Amino acid sequence: MGIQRRTVVAGGLALAALPVAGQPKQYGPGASDTEIKIGNTIPYSGPASAYGTIGKVESAFFKVLNEQGGVGGRKINFISLDDGYSPPKAVEMIRRLVEQDEVLFTVSTLGTPSNSAIHKYMNQKKVPHLFLATGASKWNDPKNFPWTIGFNPNYESEGRLYAQDILRTKPNARIAVLYQNDDYGKDYLKGFMEGLGEKGKGLVVKTATYEVTDPTVDSQIVTLQSSGADTFFNITTPKFAAQAIRKVADIGWKPVHYLNQVSASVGSVLKPAGLDKSVGLVSMQYIKDPTDTKWASDKAMQDYFAFMKKNLPELDPMDGNCTYAMAVAQLTVQLLKQCGNNLTRDNVMKQAANIKGFQIPIALPGVVADTGPNDYAMFQTMQLVKFDGKTWQGFGEPVAVR
Amino acid sequence: MALVLLLAAAALPFVVSNYRVFQLTMVLIYAIALLGLNILTGYNGQISLGHGAFYAIGAYVTAILMDQYGVPYWLCIPAAGAVCLLAGFLFGLPALRLEGVYLALATFALGVALPQLLKYKHLEAWTGGVQGITLIKPDPPLDSILGLKLNPDRWLYLFTLAVMVFMFVLGWNLLRGRVGRALIAIRDHPIAASTMGIDNALYKSLAFGVSAMFTGVAGALGAVAVAFVAPDSFTIFLSISFVVGMVVGGLASISGAIWGALFIQFIPNVADQVSKAAPWAIYGALMIAFMYVMPTGIAGALRLAWRRLQRRTGRGSQAAP
Repeated sequence: MGIQRRTVVAGGLALAALPVAGQPKQYGPGASDTEIKIGNTIPYSGPASAYGTIGKVESAFFKVLNEQGGVGGRKINFISLDDGYSPPKAVEMIRRLVEQDEVLFTVSTLGTPSNSAIHKYMNQKKVPHLFLATGASKWNDPKNFPWTIGFNPNYESEGRLYAQDILRTKPNARIAVLYQNDDYGKDYLKGFMEGLGEKGKGLVVKTATYEVTDPTVDSQIVTLQSSGADTFFNITTPKFAAQAIRKVADIGWKPVHYLNQVSASVGSVLKPAGLDKSVGLVSMQYIKDPTDTKWASDKAMQDYFAFMKKNLPELDPMDGNCTYAMAVAQLTVQLLKQCGNNLTRDNVMKQAANIKGFQIPIALPGVVADTGPNDYAMFQTMQLVKFDGKTWQGFGEPVAVR
Repeated sequence: MALVLLLAAAALPFVVSNYRVFQLTMVLIYAIALLGLNILTGYNGQISLGHGAFYAIGAYVTAILMDQYGVPYWLCIPAAGAVCLLAGFLFGLPALRLEGVYLALATFALGVALPQLLKYKHLEAWTGGVQGITLIKPDPPLDSILGLKLNPDRWLYLFTLAVMVFMFVLGWNLLRGRVGRALIAIRDHPIAASTMGIDNALYKSLAFGVSAMFTGVAGALGAVAVAFVAPDSFTIFLSISFVVGMVVGGLASISGAIWGALFIQFIPNVADQVSKAAPWAIYGALMIAFMYVMPTGIAGALRLAWRRLQRRTGRGSQAAP
């Protein structure tokens, strides 16, 4: 399908309101002088409906933005539909957005299965499929899927981050790894091994796996300890992460303990595991933690809390999903600003693949969004954090992950 | 009458947008699945809360055949039907000992368990695990038909329509004859049925098998239409939707399957448009309203209205014998 292009001869009146005067206006589907249509699917119902929060925050954000005049004089028409975390439903809804509502692009479509279901379609239709709410590494494939860009730092990059930290701080480490036996676990492990490199691979003395259906990971932890490892990379989902942290402390193993960001929630992982047992854990952050008091005087966080209180009083502003949604929305605005008056799907994609070191206000200072035509991974820098018994504390500067 | 309807249905994809064509294709697919469930529950009185599992099996058989073995999609449909016929028959054998709510629970267990089994690591080489399998939508074999331009969506709709007509004729032949009467007899009075010389056990497992086959064929078409299968596509909610569609459409009614399919395809979207905050509350309210106004389902209500109309016009012209 060719991209519909329409060059509108600039009229004096219409132009007066626009910031980028002089640039010829070009519109693809879903864009006009007054409006930009953006599509989204997210589970508002079904097993993963907790993530619906993300869609609610994004909708409210664009509503407020429109009240303040929109972007470049154009209102954002954010059409967010419920996919119930069901891939066939996501396909149906995405087709509605693309073929009936004719959105310019989509953002923040959630879930690896749902996005897998629409991956090929979006690329066939050449509709920008942007800032996906999933951390799988397959979204960074500009060669085969040039129309898809993820948002979450992918698991591979995060694995590399920890590997590089180990090489820097403890080049003679003896490493044990526990990972969930599926794509998620293997993505992390792949990145971690790549980060260690040929020489570093020998540092890994023992790996163990578990299945999602296993009741506990206790025996795996004992096996890993008996290997004599002094460094432990814990690639587990929340329930197992809590078990692992507790078991490591109970058997008196004291490794340098790296915990994947997936399970870095204080409330749902570290508390059940025991806050005292969690002291010293190392993990990663890229968005400011709303529970962390050190951001109390931070402008972006103050704005965020005010926004939540005024527009979404029923939601908990301490919920990481809300800050996450805020970050995606802020990045989307930056994208639209970069596009200026050239609102074609081609240009949206070109700009999305050309975000140069943008500091998302609600992301950690120094953690910038950065993409290039050959590398779609959104976050190349991440902040290592250490748990002090109450909150995660950043240490060192945000690190560039290659 | 049927021919006119069929022609109208065949002409439909050429006048509406591709997105609608896709939705209508899903309606046809659901109609086949609902007819399958109706054979079991409506005609034979065995309640199944796990038909999503057979839909999933049909979808996966198709996806694996297409993806791993390069089998053309149209050959996958009968293959999926055959696999489901066998699976349904085998599941029907032990299920014979269970009646009513106990059978409902057993089938519910099947519906709940299957999505997780699909993620099982030793099956991953075929099923693709959590990630599922992405398929390529088939291209139409002709560029145009009678001067009307075809595209993959339109072609798939017509293909599905043909399969649906075939399945409905099959179902109609089955249910309007000796077998159908036997099934209904077992539903209404199993002891009387066996005194009449009906082999209850055989007919009940057969009903399970045939029902699973219909649903499996629907699943196979669904996999081709959506071009993607994953365990999360076939949660227990799908099975429940089938039951809803069957009851709303009309129990023990062939045309009811189509009405039910329209309901489960479009009503959630309508509810979503009415209220973003509580779409399922709206859906529930609509469902209750339907049940209250049309206790015999949409098909039953239409039948009743039609009869009333006939009686009135019949009396007027006095032509009725």
